[in-house]
Amino acid sequence: MLNVSIYRYNPEVDAEPYMQDFEFDAQGKDLMVLDVLEKLKIQDPSLVFRRSCREGVCGSDGVNISGKNGLACITPLSEAVKGNKLVIRPLPGLPVIRDLVIDMGQFYAQYEKIQPYIINNSPVPAIERLQSPEERAKLDGLYECILCACCSTACPSFWWNPEKFIGPSGLLQAYRFLADSRDTATEERLANLDDPFSVFRCHGIMNCVQVCPKGLNPTKAIGHIRNMLIRRAT
Amino acid sequence: MGSLRKMSFDAVIVGGGGSGMRAALQLAQSGYKTAVITKVFPTRSHTVSAQGGITCAIASDDPNDQWQWHMYDTIKGSDYIGDQEAIEYMCQTGPEAIFELEHMGLPFSRTEEGRIYQRPFGGQSKDYGAGGQAARTCAAADRTGHALLHTLYQGNLKNKTVFLNEWFAVDIVKNADGAVVGVVAIDIETGETVFVESKATVFATGGAGRIYASTTNAHICTGDGVGMALRAGFPVQDIEMWQFHPTGIHGAGTLVTEGCRGEGGYLINKDGERFMERYAPNAKDLAGRDVVARSMVLEILEGRGCGPDGDHVYLKLDHLGEEMLNAKLPGILELSRTFAHADPVKEPIPVVPTCHYMMGGIPTNVDGQALTIDREGNDQVIEGFYACGEAACVSVHGANRLGGNSLLDLVVFGRASGIFIEKQLSEGITLKEATEEDIQRAMVGLNRINQSSDGENAAVLRAELQTIMQNYFGVFRRGDYMKTGIEKLDELRLRVENVYLDDKSNSFNTARLEALELQNLFETAYATAISAEGRTESRGAHAREDFQDRDDENWLCHSVYFPGSKEIGKRPVNFTLKTREPFEPKIRTY
Repeated sequence: MLNVSIYRYNPEVDAEPYMQDFEFDAQGKDLMVLDVLEKLKIQDPSLVFRRSCREGVCGSDGVNISGKNGLACITPLSEAVKGNKLVIRPLPGLPVIRDLVIDMGQFYAQYEKIQPYIINNSPVPAIERLQSPEERAKLDGLYECILCACCSTACPSFWWNPEKFIGPSGLLQAYRFLADSRDTATEERLANLDDPFSVFRCHGIMNCVQVCPKGLNPTKAIGHIRNMLIRRAT
Repeated sequence: MGSLRKMSFDAVIVGGGGSGMRAALQLAQSGYKTAVITKVFPTRSHTVSAQGGITCAIASDDPNDQWQWHMYDTIKGSDYIGDQEAIEYMCQTGPEAIFELEHMGLPFSRTEEGRIYQRPFGGQSKDYGAGGQAARTCAAADRTGHALLHTLYQGNLKNKTVFLNEWFAVDIVKNADGAVVGVVAIDIETGETVFVESKATVFATGGAGRIYASTTNAHICTGDGVGMALRAGFPVQDIEMWQFHPTGIHGAGTLVTEGCRGEGGYLINKDGERFMERYAPNAKDLAGRDVVARSMVLEILEGRGCGPDGDHVYLKLDHLGEEMLNAKLPGILELSRTFAHADPVKEPIPVVPTCHYMMGGIPTNVDGQALTIDREGNDQVIEGFYACGEAACVSVHGANRLGGNSLLDLVVFGRASGIFIEKQLSEGITLKEATEEDIQRAMVGLNRINQSSDGENAAVLRAELQTIMQNYFGVFRRGDYMKTGIEKLDELRLRVENVYLDDKSNSFNTARLEALELQNLFETAYATAISAEGRTESRGAHAREDFQDRDDENWLCHSVYFPGSKEIGKRPVNFTLKTREPFEPKIRTY
């Protein structure tokens, strides 16, 4: 039997959060952590977590699994269990609503701040705007972000300044639009990021890279933005 | 019960997936007070899982491509019960809708000329079937749905759409005239129940693949819109038509895009034989999805399945080479390694037909207006009520949807609904206000769950429902089996109505939502069962062992399920094209 320890907190009932232990029989299968949560919810329907696609593309079920942020649906027990124990907590650093569900408001607010859409006021052509495969390749490793918040909630700089530091996910998206040959607002975007906090609170700790379930590299994108900001200043 | 808090909007869209956000975008751009009610944060919607692409004749791969050829393929693919007027509109308007998405920033893959990359998908042809395979599916690698959904969310942010994120619509509120004037919805975080009043209520609630035990669909695809419409007494159309996607990963159910076969992959049985050559000599692995799914099941039934239990076949990709797979199908490599423990670069992926798409839904016209059928069999518009996307049946997919056509359906008809409502709003909409009684009527189901004191757990009942649907209403169907299935559903209905909610707390109570979703799943499943048993022929995805032929004399029509009588009626298929003579039904071969 596997020991599964889960963070529980229901604001209507509990004065403070606590860890609840469950015994779980995986029947020798290398299930995903989400499968375990789903089965435990049948046992205890009051257990609350977010989930949708169950295949690692919607970004709903970011949680802290045995100390590391990840998506429950694509993290197998073989990676998550340490010493017959599985510990599941909400993503750290943001307010908890209930059990494993966090309030992602600050995370989304940072995303909205970077103007996550193409800005191009030139008249649109009758067909698509042309873009070479090489130009398009610059978006690879950027556009795939699923907004799961695993990276930003693993980042000490984001924990300290969630209102001022955009965080790795938001900055990855900021660079996704800076890198897009179809976007014409480079100057405006850089001006919006040019302060001591938005970008420069990144200290290259690289927790974001370590936890990203899609294998993306926000630190590298942040490095590109830094270079653009420095070049702009000189 | 006291009165509910009321919020009022010009338009409310229920559902934050592709079609809902496209409709919302249209209305937000025109300045109308628009809200999207969505039970998950918008980018968690199931559109995100679409992989291979969006089919449209933008004439990139082939400069001479014509939307009329796409129209022909779609009508043929529908096995001739797709409405030709709607298909014509979709295929003709499609390029404009795609270019809009590109201008909004959708990161499509590109050709050397800098145009949008298009790949071949099943059922695609040039020159009305005479010119061989076409490559008409516009792609952003194999993450097209993700790219599309995020782009639409971004467009809505830019246009300041109001999002009621993590709100769950419970039921429709109808006024004294029978018009739809909004919904009762729960703010999931606080548990507060609110009457969301609207001059136009658009259901973009997606599909209901979770009625089956094995599905490519997300956990959230629970037929909420269909369930609500049926409880409000409105009919649904062609709901027996469920697409089983040929390539779901065996065991996990996760989707492997048809684009794999478009890029040159193919299916093999345990003898290593490329068996589709026998079933569809011309199109082979790129025949219609219904044809491929049935061929796979026959291979398995005849003992040529793979694995220790012989219960699946293989999708072979390794011959395409690692470089090509990394460039064109990176998401598939990820999914297969995670869920099938198979690396497609070296070994085939175990796959099996898996429930994927609901061709039926709430009947609508091309403007997204929801319809009911009166006693004389005439279409009647339901005032205030609209539907688009998978929840709707407009009907562009008929009895079988072509790959890549669902994303096109979403954007074209989300957009069309928005444009039409915009016009209606500018001309002025006056609907009678809902009375306290009207609102309370929409609270009946929720109240029952909130007051439940005994009964069974929603998860247990859901699993039973899924097993019944899987066993009695799957890829192949038979009258006597289906009758047994309906008896089992009749028995289950009482238990579903008596579902027990132990946890009555308010804050983010997902157990309450699952109990409500169960009601929607059940209504969708029951309508499916009655309609499937009633359609005594084989057409498209509906394959009956006891009626193996298509019966155009009796069934070249839509089925319409009425929830009051629990019976089905017939509605004529639209055969009027604006630009040419209609396409007459032919025997469908690939």
